[in-house]
Formats: sequence, structure tokens, C-alpha cells
Amino acid sequence: MTLSLVALQLLNGVEQGLLLFLVASGLTLVFGVLGVLNFAHGSFYMLGAYLAFWLAERTGSLLFAVLLGVPLMLLFGFLVERLAVARLYQRDHLSQVLLTYGLVLLFNELSRLLFGNDVHPVATPALLSGSFKLGEVQSWPAYRLFTSLSCLVIALLLRYVILGTRFGMRLRAGASNAEMLEVLGVDVRKLFARVFSAGVALAALAGMLAAPLTTVYPGMGESVLVISFVVVVIGGIGSVRGAFFGALLVGIADTFGKVLVPSVSSAVVYAVMAAVLIWRPRGLFGAPAEAR
Amino acid sequence: MTAPLLEVEDLHAYYGESHVLHGVSFSIAEGETLTLMGRNGMGKTTTIRSALGLLPPRRGVVRVRGHAVTGLRPHSIAQLGIALVPEGRGIFPTLTVREHLVVTARPGRWTAERTLELFPRLRERLGTLGAQLSGGEQQMLSIARALLTNPDLVILDGATEGLAPLVRQEIWTALRRLRAEGTAALVVDKEVKALLALGDRHLILVKGRIAFAGTTPQWRARAEENLALLRA
Ligand SMILES: Nc1ncnc2c1ncn2[C@@H]1O[C@H](COP(=O)(O)OP(=O)(O)O)[C@@H](O)[C@H]1O
Ligand SMILES: [Mg+2]
Repeated sequence: MTLSLVALQLLNGVEQGLLLFLVASGLTLVFGVLGVLNFAHGSFYMLGAYLAFWLAERTGSLLFAVLLGVPLMLLFGFLVERLAVARLYQRDHLSQVLLTYGLVLLFNELSRLLFGNDVHPVATPALLSGSFKLGEVQSWPAYRLFTSLSCLVIALLLRYVILGTRFGMRLRAGASNAEMLEVLGVDVRKLFARVFSAGVALAALAGMLAAPLTTVYPGMGESVLVISFVVVVIGGIGSVRGAFFGALLVGIADTFGKVLVPSVSSAVVYAVMAAVLIWRPRGLFGAPAEAR
Repeated sequence: MTAPLLEVEDLHAYYGESHVLHGVSFSIAEGETLTLMGRNGMGKTTTIRSALGLLPPRRGVVRVRGHAVTGLRPHSIAQLGIALVPEGRGIFPTLTVREHLVVTARPGRWTAERTLELFPRLRERLGTLGAQLSGGEQQMLSIARALLTNPDLVILDGATEGLAPLVRQEIWTALRRLRAEGTAALVVDKEVKALLALGDRHLILVKGRIAFAGTTPQWRARAEENLALLRA
């Protein structure tokens, strides 16, 4: 492998990891704060991609599609929380898996009904269609740089909200003792609904940004869901910081796995997960039991 | 006559099938300090949880300043001016002391600065996570956090339980100050002497029923019987 090829794979891995972070951060928050094991989280990624495809066709601009799509998905997330997920807070994980898996089937059928079984391409915005040269042969698409930077900005924003605002404090407090928050005057239902819909919007945004890179097709959320669970476990359940580093690790491992050991590449991320868990059974940033 | 700050009437509460409160009634006037005594398992915590909407009662009414709040969610009841220092203190393990002073605060007389004057020890621990505080520090923080919602009524489910003597002193002093400022309180504790010195009126709960209710002189007038009710 030449140095420029290594650099290219590293960049691709980081980019893939950053996109994955958008999905995994919501998944880990919804589990850590709301205590809900959300199998439908990958569907929001898929719905985001379809929405981007549909809106981009109509508005002629992926940027518009994202600017319109994210608020729509925030609202959609709020509705899903109110109508379905809110019924799960007092339930065990089995009921949660059953209901959210039901949602997966529903959203998959819905997307087939509306868009068929076809694979839909989404055009890269013209402004970002160029690429950067890396050494003699390799080049890196400008669009990937754009998605990476967008994800980084969102990661920093998320960090600020969680660590630096009162909403973030409440979110962290709610993860360990929601009842205490409630009895001191905080509407925990509203807090939970906001966290859930933010998670939906983040996953959908990842789907929108990824649409030009992966195309859009039914069931595209499933593989993302599985890999996001791997990220959440590696990072430590409930930890957004963990999701960030876990996602980068998984993105890089997956990209290099595909190049170095193509025949067993799909096993690489699970090997990484196993290694991390042997080293740190609660994941990179998992809270010890007494602090949860 | 104005309506009491908090009024609980004929409260019946259950855990599943087990009937724990059998018609508990009492009221707290503005600025009054009421103590709630009783051996372990007599229903003190359940009474508090029921009144605050954490364990909605099956029967009975809870009123705040004359308005029925039964069936409201706990945050709505709290917003009427009631704050809880719960059993176990309810400190958020992953929030710093400073964050506890902000996370549920509402504007009013109590500011973070004033609570730090009340409990100077917390000032040295502002950056420390809740999980790393000592029991006494946690209790001070729990009280400070409650005061920062600027309540008219503070409910302490265990004021000094499990704390070292010096810390207890500090907490009783703080409660006397609260009382002097006109904040009403409902105080649960094991230290009967301290409760009698602090409270205007007292309740003794026995198996989910009020076995005694009266002022400090009334309590003392039948001290023998009351102590027997409290003896383990
Ligand atoms: N979560 C619960 N589930 C079932 N029974 C409970 C629960 N909490 C308390 N109890 C029972 O209710 C009764 C009153 O308990 P509690 O209100 O905690 O008493 P106190 O605060 O006076 O010690 C006790 O008999 C206790 O065993
Ligand atoms: Mg108790």
C-alpha cells in the first residue's frame, strides 16, 4: 500500500466514521436517557435518505433538501415519540424491541410503496463535485470533505449542547435519575420527546448526507443500525463521546478491512468490538455501574 | 382564612395490591414547619411520594393553596412551589456540584451564591461530580438544589439520616434559618429531639395512619405514649 493510498483510506474511514457518529449518537442517547432500545433508528437514516432524494428532485438542490428535510424529520421524530415510543418507557427491552422492530417493517413497506424497490441515485451538488489530488494517482472527492466537515461541526455543536447548556445538564441528569428531575419541576416527558426527535433528526441527516455516496434503496437502514449498535457498545452505552470515538474506530477499521482483508472484511468491526470489550468491558467511555 | 399551602385529605396509597396508606390527612400553612415521625416502613416516604404525584393516590385529595392537584404530573405540582430532598438524596452522579445548582433552578430569592453561603463547604467542591461527594456534602447539595427552585415548601425525607454529628448540626442550623425566613417545611427524621426543637407541629405515622398530630407542647404532654409509638 502506498502512502497516498493509506491516506485515502484513512480519510474515507474517518468520513464514514463521522457519518456513523450522527446515527450512533442518537441511538446511544435514546438508550442512555430514555432507556429505550430503538431498532427503528436505522429506519430514520433510511427515511432521511429517501426524503433527501425526493426533495432534491423537486427543489433541484441537495442543500435545500437538507434544510427542509431536517426540520421535517424533527417533527416526524416528535410524532413517533408521542404516538409509539412514549408507550415504551415503563416496558422491558423485549417489548421495546418488538415495537420498534414493528416500526422498521412499517417504514420499509412505506418506502417500498412510495418509491418502489429501485435503487435511486442522488446527484452530488455541482459545487462539491470536484476532488482533491492525493499524490500521483489518488484523489478524494470534495463532497466527502464536505460531509466530514459538516459532521464535525455537528459533533462540536452536540458537545456544546450536552456539556455547556442547561438542556444538556438535564439530559445527563435524566439519564441517571429522571424522577428526581421531574419532582424538581422539569417536564421529563417533554425532555424525552426532544431528545428522541433530535436523535431522529441526526440519523436522518446522516442518511441525507450519505445519499449521494451510497444511493437510496429499501432496507438501507438495517446495516447502519447493526453497525451503530456496534459503535454504541464500543463507545459505552449512553456516552456520546464514546459514540464519537467508537464511530471513528469502526469507520477506519471497516475501510481498512475492506482493502486489506477483503474476504473477511465484514468480521473486522466485530473483532474490534471484541477487542475493546476485553480491554474495557463497559466500552471506551461506559459509566461504571454505580454511576448509572 | 387563607387556604393552607399544602393540604392532604384522606390519602390512600397502594403498591400493587398492598394497601400502605389508610386515609392520611394533614395540612401545612405558609411558613409552617411540620415534622413527620414514625418508625421504618410506617409510610412516611409513601405519604410524600403520594402528595407529590410520584405515586398517585387511589383515593383522597391533595390541594396546593386550595387547588386540587391530584392527578397532575409531579413537575406541575413542583412548579407550584414545592421542592423535595428525597430519601437517598437523589444526587445526579454525573453532574458537578455547580451543575446541580443550575439544572433545576428557578429565579427567586435563593441564588447559587446564597446557597453557597448557607453551605460554604460546597464552594470548595464546585467542580466535583455528585458521585464523588461525601454523604454530608450530598445532603447539603440536595437541600441547595431544592432551595434553588425557590419553593414555598421544602420536603425533606430524612434531614440528617446517616450523617456525622457535625454535619447534622450544620443541617439543623440551615433548617432553622429556612424557618426564620418563612419557608414552610415538612421534615422527616429519626432525631426526635431535633424535630421537636424545630417544628411547629408534629405528626406520627403508624402503619399508614396518623396516630398523633399536634403542636410541640401537645407532643410533650403525651411524650411517653409518643415515644412508645416511635420505639422500634
Ligand atoms: N416500592 C414498594 N413496593 C412495595 N412495597 C413498598 C414499596 N415501598 C415501600 N413499600 C412498603 O410500604 C410501606 C411503607 O413504606 P415507606 O413509605 O417507605 O415507609 P417509611 O418511609 O416510613 O420508612 C412499608 O411496609 C414498605 O415495605
Ligand atoms: Mg422512608
